[in-house]
Amino acid sequence: MYAYDEIDRTLVNERVSEFRDQVKRRLSGELTEDEFKILRLQNGVYLQLHAYMFRVAIPYGTLATNQLRALAHVARKYDRGYGHFTTRQNIQFNWIKLAELPDALADLAKVGIHAMQTSGNNMRNVTSDQWAGVAPGEIEDPRIWSELIRQHTTLHPEFSFLPRKFKIAITASDHDRAAIKIHDIGLRLIKNEKGETGFGVLVGGGLGRTPFIAKTIKHFVHGRDILSYIEAILRVYNQYGRRDNIYKARIKILVHELGTEKFSREVEEEWQHIRNSLLQIDDEVIEDIRSRFTYPAYEKLPHMPDELRQAAADRDFEAWRKNSVAPHKVQGYSIVTISLKPTGGPPGDATAEQMDALADLADKYSFGEIRVGHEQNLALPHVAKRDLPALWKSLDKLGLATPNVNLITDIIACPGLDYCSLANARSIPIAQELTRRFANHELANLIGRLHINISGCINACGHHHVGHIGILGVEKNGEEVYQITIGGRADESAALGNLIGPGVKFDEVADVVEDIVEAYLALRERPEELFIETVKRLGVEPFKERVYATR
Amino acid sequence: MPLVNGGKIVDDSFVKLAVDTPLPEGGDILVPAERFVSDADALLKRAGKVGVIWPNNRDIDELVPYLGKVAAVALVFPTFRDGRAYSQARLLRERYNYRGELRATGQILRDQFVFMLRAGFDSFEVKKQADAEAFMQTAKRYSVFYQPTGDGRVTALHRRMQLRHSEGVGT
Amino acid sequence: MTSPLEQKKIKIAGPSVVTANRTWDGIVVYRTAAKGWSADLSEAAIVRNSDDAKALLAESVADDVGAIGPYIAPVQVGEDGKIEPGNLREQIRRTGVTIGQPVQV
Repeated sequence: MYAYDEIDRTLVNERVSEFRDQVKRRLSGELTEDEFKILRLQNGVYLQLHAYMFRVAIPYGTLATNQLRALAHVARKYDRGYGHFTTRQNIQFNWIKLAELPDALADLAKVGIHAMQTSGNNMRNVTSDQWAGVAPGEIEDPRIWSELIRQHTTLHPEFSFLPRKFKIAITASDHDRAAIKIHDIGLRLIKNEKGETGFGVLVGGGLGRTPFIAKTIKHFVHGRDILSYIEAILRVYNQYGRRDNIYKARIKILVHELGTEKFSREVEEEWQHIRNSLLQIDDEVIEDIRSRFTYPAYEKLPHMPDELRQAAADRDFEAWRKNSVAPHKVQGYSIVTISLKPTGGPPGDATAEQMDALADLADKYSFGEIRVGHEQNLALPHVAKRDLPALWKSLDKLGLATPNVNLITDIIACPGLDYCSLANARSIPIAQELTRRFANHELANLIGRLHINISGCINACGHHHVGHIGILGVEKNGEEVYQITIGGRADESAALGNLIGPGVKFDEVADVVEDIVEAYLALRERPEELFIETVKRLGVEPFKERVYATR
Repeated sequence: MPLVNGGKIVDDSFVKLAVDTPLPEGGDILVPAERFVSDADALLKRAGKVGVIWPNNRDIDELVPYLGKVAAVALVFPTFRDGRAYSQARLLRERYNYRGELRATGQILRDQFVFMLRAGFDSFEVKKQADAEAFMQTAKRYSVFYQPTGDGRVTALHRRMQLRHSEGVGT
Repeated sequence: MTSPLEQKKIKIAGPSVVTANRTWDGIVVYRTAAKGWSADLSEAAIVRNSDDAKALLAESVADDVGAIGPYIAPVQVGEDGKIEPGNLREQIRRTGVTIGQPVQV
């Protein structure tokens, strides 16, 4: 956990009082909506279909239990008793009142949580691997660097009015759980031959109307130079990024239009001017930040405790353990993913009661720490293996033990037309229907790892381009129509999916997905060949034939 | 539109010229970049101060040779959300060591003051009277800064190091 | 932001209302004939031609403190005079999400 010091707390409080003044001026008419819009966006406040929506940052996906309880409190006191975890380590409240927002922010500030830059054309929440600090084989904890970058990009005096939003993600594992290749800047933490920490820097990834996979512009930037290098990228973007067309304003378009080589030369030139400046980070500064991350005092525990051996006889427990429990870097411990994808439920939603209860479980079983992943699930990062059976029972009572992590019903979905003013079609009911169709665990398990991602419009908040099966809702002649892609992925081998054919109607989507899955089961070479591998081997054609033969 | 300079509302000594306004005999003038660049020598010779209005899409390098001669540079925020002039301001102050008046023009509300001060602006054409009057109060809104810029304010990282050393926690 | 009045010529295909979200709490509201806002669609002022639509939108935009983001939305008026939203989006704005919410209100 990162503990805020007095300096961080002061800044958050100063921001709350500034926003309070802005809301006051808005409600009195001193600020027009046109003026206020940017100010509210800079603090995570959107206008959705039914109400304002309030997005709160969970930097690099790490939460302490008092913070999760504060989120539950906001859900209960200022909203309708639940929150929605997003694909970028944020939580959204859908029914917030503008007049009450400053109070909600003040309540969150008490536990070091804020909503700064969770929307608007500025640097968004810095995200990272939800298993950071506990994943076996990780080079080092990427959250130290995430925090350093978070601070540097918070209320930045030069880059708070960029051409468009700007997202940074960091990973330090071979397997990329942070989806860095679909970010404006993706940082891959590595060591050079001297054993020094640095980053491979990727730029220009992003989804939306014009999706791109990020390109590497520098293979190694030393850790001490990472702030100046990011500053150089942002300065080039701030000056040359397009501002004439919102759909061409992201850095991915600038990189594409200039070409990766020319873009990286521009950055390099700018960087040479500023690398030997106050932006250079010395080891002591890094150590200071590192010292404020606390790690649990792990016990020496057996690899296979009796409790776990005994529970193995319970089929339901085993089904859950097999897909929700992952190896931990410390023997005797596990990382437990908490599925927020119950059958028939909206993906990523959690009630205030669930959040409070989960905070209690985290205190009891996970050293008071919770993580949030981009797949819209939560995790308990330090669970002793002997506690797994007891934890499972408690989670099950809360409706938080659906054994579907990484399976076909572990769906990513944006809020869609049920909530969002940008959406053209609904996403959540599609996800709900799919979770019902594939509710049978044996079937889901037989299918194996398969990610379905659903967006309700071209802005791609549901990451449809990089779903193994991607579903994009559009509107055609007043009707919801869904375009389906296959073969996308968001990990270290990130790729964009390919369209399988003409769009289908709302009621047909689940049928089409069933057809695709049946085709896969018939086509795979062996049970271990994942859906995504079969698509890679065979291409879109055989799936297309199967889906459209009878349509 | 009130002008804030040195933290106070002041009278603007500069008259803004358009591209084709006849040149006044004396007095301080602010000249559009295009006109300034094409006629710099003549403009700089006349009595009265000369400043230049530099658009946010024009390369600042072109202005560098004149920085020692102009009394003011006015950068432009055509809309509140267009932040290019923040970069221009920092380059002028931090890379080219420009020390004259650096004025923010266009859509300026109190909510940008802290950013602008940190980027090096010292003069502000403020859209609303109430915002101009609230300048000093708003400028002091923040006491914590995470980024080092040319304004010399102590950053959070730096302050932590000072605290560490004063507490003897250092390495 | 460009004012919705400048964006394009206003053309309506049938009976329409002006809808927006109330500024202080964000709820869905409709412009009434009494130059106010109501959360009840049945109280909305109905316009049937472009000039009236333009005028209703103009006065709605002018009330920036009352409600935000006003725009013209189609409605259907039944034989009994009952007003219903004219498309799915407006239906959802009126009756709420089409899914069960995690917590019933």
